[in-house]
Amino acid sequence: MKKQLNIVVNGEPRELYVEPKTLLLQVIREHLGLKGTRPACDSSSCAACTVIVDGMAVKSCSILALQVNGKEVTTIEGLAEESQLHPIQKAFVDNWAFQCGYCTSGQIMATKAFLDENPDPTRVQIQEALDGHLCRCTAYNMIIEAVQDAAKRLQARKAEKGAA
Amino acid sequence: MKTITADFEYFSAATAGEALDLLAQHKDDDYRIIAGGQSLNTFMKHGLLKPEIIIDIKGASDLDYIKYDDKEGLKIGALTTHRKLEQSPVVAEKYAALVDMEVNVASVETRNWGTVVGDIVNADPAADPAPPLIALDASVVVASKEGTRSVPAEEFAVDLYTSAVEPGELVTEIQIPALPANTGFYFTKYSQLHGDYALASAAVLLTLDAKKEKCVNARIGLGGVGATPIRATAAEDILKGKKITDELLAEAAQAASEATEPISGIEASAEYKKELAGTLVKRVAKEALARAQKA
Repeated sequence: MKKQLNIVVNGEPRELYVEPKTLLLQVIREHLGLKGTRPACDSSSCAACTVIVDGMAVKSCSILALQVNGKEVTTIEGLAEESQLHPIQKAFVDNWAFQCGYCTSGQIMATKAFLDENPDPTRVQIQEALDGHLCRCTAYNMIIEAVQDAAKRLQARKAEKGAA
Repeated sequence: MKTITADFEYFSAATAGEALDLLAQHKDDDYRIIAGGQSLNTFMKHGLLKPEIIIDIKGASDLDYIKYDDKEGLKIGALTTHRKLEQSPVVAEKYAALVDMEVNVASVETRNWGTVVGDIVNADPAADPAPPLIALDASVVVASKEGTRSVPAEEFAVDLYTSAVEPGELVTEIQIPALPANTGFYFTKYSQLHGDYALASAAVLLTLDAKKEKCVNARIGLGGVGATPIRATAAEDILKGKKITDELLAEAAQAASEATEPISGIEASAEYKKELAGTLVKRVAKEALARAQKA
């Protein structure tokens, strides 16, 4: 029997009816049509499906959708403001931090949650934060550089906003 | 995308009391309790488990706590995530090796959602928390409508993926005694990938006498080398009452290795894991000894 699911997705309240067996990843991709969140290993081993739930990066492939009832979910589609890419997205593009890009949205979401918590990280902290993200194109060094660059851009943006 | 195909009925509990009511009601049904569910969902996706009922306790926030006092030690509520244990200042201060253990559990995303209690109830023998809990002489509080009982950490896993929890019961808390003076505690796992399950892991707790010469208490927990986590009592007995030397550690490591019953897998043979367990015990005990001397 379907159950009611109330979640806020990328700032928008959504009311859905889902079978209890439905995974958060299914709700995001199939019910809401947000295809930027990627299935890959399907066993919580690769982190490609990472989204943010109430400020925490989690793996949407291994969580029942009903378990996030009442919570706020942010996906890659929720980062850009109007036609402007988010500074983390720009940093990933400018630093060549991906080749095929399949796993990138998961990395960017993990980076968002991480930099919100730790705006000025060391290289080692970045490595630890993204440790669970598998990338077959092996852009690993550029990913770390992108996160370092993203941290700088976000700090600059914050300083600008503070000044204004 | 791999999904869960078998349907189930779903109930959620907002408090421990509600969870116990639901469990009493469904005691004789085919149910599973879900907290983080990252292991359970994977089993269900593969059709290895097809429970008719899921009882969701993730919302029982009264079980989400970490408490410490010098008399009663540490209490970890059943809904405490790995990440909260990792980031707890009192855990870092009193049981630093538990933080070392946590940062190597899977990845940040998994630790953000998964609970420590869920991990031990899942009873994967290669999971990280059980060996340190055994070495720390922890107990697991199991509740039902009839009352509560306490299970020593080394008796909590009874077989592969099988815990001591009976139908109608719920784990509410892990209790870890405060460490006595002159005590050192350490844990290490060996895995091929960072964050992966252990090929073998070892936790050692050593308490020295007032002069810090002789070992008065030793507890050793091993993971990944049997159907359940193992307490290596023969190895503990070798260390107790003696001054710890490299020779004595080698003897204890040998005894610990002999207590293991690993199985061969794609990553390593049983023989290799047996050897590895002994090596880890030696290294981990050395570090525990150094910590006890500084304590």
